[in-house]
Amino acid sequence: MLFKNVSELIQATEENNISIAEVMIRQEVEETGKPREEIFAEMGRNLDIMEKSVEDGLNGVKSTSGLTGGDAVLLKNYMEKGNTLSGELVLDVISKAVATNEVNAAMGTICATPTAGSAGCVPGVLFGLKPRLNPTRKQMINFLFTAGAFGQVIANNAMISGAAGGCQAEVGSAAGMASAAAVEMAGGTPQQSAEAMSMTLKNMLGLVCDPVAGLVEVPCVKRNAMGSSQAIVSADMALAGVTSRIPCDEVIGAMFRIGKSMPSTLRETGEGGLAATPTGRALAAKIFGPAAASKEG
Amino acid sequence: MKFRSVFDVIGPVMIGPSSSHTAGAARIGKMARQLYGRQPKWAKIHLYGSFAKTYQGHGTDVAIVGGLLDFDTFDERIRQAFELAEEAGMAYEFIEEEGASEHPNTARIKIGDDESDFELVGISIGGGKAEITEINGFELRLSGENPAILVLHNDRHGAIASVTSVLADNKINIGHMEVSRRDKGKEAMMIIETDQRIPDEIMERLEGCDHILSVISITE
Repeated sequence: MLFKNVSELIQATEENNISIAEVMIRQEVEETGKPREEIFAEMGRNLDIMEKSVEDGLNGVKSTSGLTGGDAVLLKNYMEKGNTLSGELVLDVISKAVATNEVNAAMGTICATPTAGSAGCVPGVLFGLKPRLNPTRKQMINFLFTAGAFGQVIANNAMISGAAGGCQAEVGSAAGMASAAAVEMAGGTPQQSAEAMSMTLKNMLGLVCDPVAGLVEVPCVKRNAMGSSQAIVSADMALAGVTSRIPCDEVIGAMFRIGKSMPSTLRETGEGGLAATPTGRALAAKIFGPAAASKEG
Repeated sequence: MKFRSVFDVIGPVMIGPSSSHTAGAARIGKMARQLYGRQPKWAKIHLYGSFAKTYQGHGTDVAIVGGLLDFDTFDERIRQAFELAEEAGMAYEFIEEEGASEHPNTARIKIGDDESDFELVGISIGGGKAEITEINGFELRLSGENPAILVLHNDRHGAIASVTSVLADNKINIGHMEVSRRDKGKEAMMIIETDQRIPDEIMERLEGCDHILSVISITE
């Protein structure tokens, strides 16, 4: 392995004078023995899937439970009217993040980044930044390799599933990966990518996984909107030169320890948090019947 | 390092809604199907932890059944897996287990037909990745840090040597290996942990070795 943690990843970019995406591609070649072109083409196919999910969601979808769907359309229409508070870029990012997660909740086809429940952040940020930065297809694919490099470090040193470590490990990781990749696409340094990742993940620490009725819908879809907007803000902070006092690898370590100490009711069992609210339980009863609601609750 | 490929993190392409509870579950089902080698007539699926609590909402049930029908994570037929299982003549049953399991997303799958049966325990470790921890009551003592394959073979002399020589020829180092069999001269299995991921073409060469029945990666 060329890198096991973020500091080794940054070191590899500096020693070889290459981008984070390039380190990731070289490692994939080394690991799989596949030709570089094949690896690049495979990531291109994932990019195409992401673009299709965003399009489908922006056209409007509805989940079978009826809990989610249609918010991406509301956000797009609101953005197009202009006069928004957070600005067109942020609205574009979150509408595309929500679009992806609504397609996921409707059992549509998505690309997990790093998971399905957190699949909105990376494409939301990427396709939201597209009109602003006008990236080439190659740059967009590199965005995904950069996001993947940070995601791989988190997956190997902490966890990326809500069942193992709460939402901080899912949407937290996804948002962190997206912010690091956004920095690189905007022309920032590898170290600035790491700073953005740190700042995003720090603000996600402790976030629990408490899906209503156990479904990847409430609050997952909206948390992707929040995660992706935060990815943009952290990226801007890093590009402005703001740094994290706690190094990225130590933030990941903190996330791991917090995840380990989280009770199982708050790790994707549908037993605690929002799932255990009166409305959360009532929704579960409506979807699966009273027996299921008492089991969930 | 459990997550060795960038596509473990940016991927898989899959049918929603959950990478651990849908895609990972489908992979456990598919690994069972591949090891069994044919369409089972029945399946008893025991779910533990978060799988047991939330399987309906996450489509874990249709995903496992889809995997047992040999569907990939991105196969849209997963959505109709129950109907398709009926068409394929496979009866299935889900059992919610109360007991604790070491990993929150654990499934014990028992499958079979009139000829024979098969049992495995799989865990979904996040992001769509799955691992097998037990086969036919035999606990796999894997470190989980390295790629691993499982080879089902006939218990004949030379079977083990033919597999290890293919790996040696391709400079793939074995870190840990276990061999076991039910009865002398019958079906046996090897579990091989390697330092490198074994490329697809070498997996195919292993399958072509004498007395080898099937070869699959058990750290998908």
